[in-house]
Amino acid sequence: MELDFNFGFLDENAKREIRRKILKAIAIPGYQVPFGSREMPIARGWGTGGLQITLSIIGPDDILKVIDQGSDDSVNAVNIKKFIGKVTGVGTTEDTLKATIIQTRHRIPEEKLSENQVLVFQVPLPEPLRIVEHSEKETRRMHAEADYSAMWLYLYESIVKFGEITLGAGYPVMVNSRYLMSPSPIPRFDIPRLSMADTLYLFCAGREKRIYAIPPHTYVEGIGFEDHPFRIEDFSGKSCAACGSEGTYLNEIIDDETGSRTYQCSDTSWCRKVSRGAVK
Amino acid sequence: MGYVAVSGGRTAIDNAEKFLMMRRLGNESSGPDIELLKKSLHFLVDRVMGEGSLYAPDLAALAVMQSAGDTFEASFMIRAYRTTLPRFSYSLPVDTMNMRVIRRISSAFKDIPGGQYLGPTSDYTLRLLDFEMLDEDAPAIKKSIGEAMEKAGLESMPSTLAGVIDILRRENLITGVSSLPGKDEGCFDVTRESLSFPAPRSAAMQTMARGETGGMLALAYSNMRGYGSAHPTIGELRVGYVPMEVKHPYNRGVCSVGEILMTEAQIISDIDTQDGSPKFALGYGLCFGHNETKAISMATLDRAMQVQTDETKYPSEDQEFVLQHIDGIEAMGFANHFKLPHYVTFQSALDRLRASQAKGSRVKNGKGE
Repeated sequence: MELDFNFGFLDENAKREIRRKILKAIAIPGYQVPFGSREMPIARGWGTGGLQITLSIIGPDDILKVIDQGSDDSVNAVNIKKFIGKVTGVGTTEDTLKATIIQTRHRIPEEKLSENQVLVFQVPLPEPLRIVEHSEKETRRMHAEADYSAMWLYLYESIVKFGEITLGAGYPVMVNSRYLMSPSPIPRFDIPRLSMADTLYLFCAGREKRIYAIPPHTYVEGIGFEDHPFRIEDFSGKSCAACGSEGTYLNEIIDDETGSRTYQCSDTSWCRKVSRGAVK
Repeated sequence: MGYVAVSGGRTAIDNAEKFLMMRRLGNESSGPDIELLKKSLHFLVDRVMGEGSLYAPDLAALAVMQSAGDTFEASFMIRAYRTTLPRFSYSLPVDTMNMRVIRRISSAFKDIPGGQYLGPTSDYTLRLLDFEMLDEDAPAIKKSIGEAMEKAGLESMPSTLAGVIDILRRENLITGVSSLPGKDEGCFDVTRESLSFPAPRSAAMQTMARGETGGMLALAYSNMRGYGSAHPTIGELRVGYVPMEVKHPYNRGVCSVGEILMTEAQIISDIDTQDGSPKFALGYGLCFGHNETKAISMATLDRAMQVQTDETKYPSEDQEFVLQHIDGIEAMGFANHFKLPHYVTFQSALDRLRASQAKGSRVKNGKGE
């Protein structure tokens, strides 16, 4: 296939640098590795980090899936998939199990991923401590010294003020009992899947120029207190109106006419599979 | 099921691109005229080269055309194109003393060695709409330009002009610029490394040179107006062409690869006592093309970020604050990404709010119990 650009758009030196930084990130789980983020032809904040990782690790035989908030059809996911297809010519799929690389924004697919797959997360704000400390110089010191007292205090104050830990998506996690890490704005529902997984998880923030990773079989937990433990979103008693699934992450849909609420799986690939009867 | 908000992506994107093109071209268009655009909108082209961080007038003009004049979008296209190019080498340092100036002024001294050259500027022009421009015809303009040139007489400009600041420096009235805490080993490359703080001065200067003009102006203006103490006097402002030289990759000889238009500003600021005796402090600004607002803003911010104080810094004096927020491509990308769906994340926030409400808020209006 004839390509107008270098395979993967990035020049080879850029790919090499990013691969090296990925290796460093894997070697220090949860640690944010700075890298020379390149400008991509999609805007900052729209997945340029994830895109640089995907384009650096992808080969001609890979099969790519891109999701945005769990959906294969979301305009941004389609746009990114179209671009990667254009500059690499690789095949794409919507089937979670068939993909070798999955680039995602804000979700981990419902189906269990294997050791032959890589999940690439788009990260808007890589620094979990930013809500308690605005200076980068200071947050890097805090990570180096594992000084996370400001974050614990934040959780405590949240409980005092609101009776609950009010952090929603992007809930801070402790990786390998060492580094506090932002899992990107995935719901808390997905956080247990980060821990002791078979799959390599790569995270990249293009605008903030940071790469980090959770290697397979690494212990990850959402931080919490004994009497206020980490909790996932509660969908008890609710199920998907389209496929009937229970125990999946649901989006709330408000009906135009009646104003009533129904729910639908955020993972469109899963939802379609179940509807087709392709999942037992 | 009324849930279609996120689907239908492919066709929607293709159509959106077509609508944008139709809006730009209308029904009757003779197509792009890059040469005309480069001349008639030269400030715009210069700005896009600067913020796009690539000196390429033809490509910048194309980007301006393609983005229908949106400076953020145009610079963004230039930056994305830049990503496809490998870095072969670095140019040799440019000595602006050898600038072929088209404009050079100082507001510190009336008489300066080599003289002041007003050059092309609209500084003293009344900003009245010129309705005659609507009927402008090319031959008439050519004639009036010819007459003006004849009247002015062509005096050749000196090939080198000594800097005004050097006069003050010789009199030991200017501080050095070694006061920044970040270590500067060789030249930092912001396109290949991410910033760490405190950033070396070379990294700060590069970040500002590709910064967004409006964003830098806002921060510099805040400093000038009172949230800071730079109080700039323009020691020298020059606009002109500088030779671009590189070392030959094989024979290591110096070769010229062309010349580029640049704007340089040096501001003299408040009195500083860092190296013992009181002296004037300096700020330096340099950017692609003819963009005086940016060069002055850059010089002001350069000075502001060197202020050492134990007191709380103003935003323009905080290096992290300035350098992390002046990049137009990053800022506009992030601001616009909020248009993407946030259904999943919002659902998560909703879950927390409902859980908190169910417990009954113990604090009302931010006041404790």
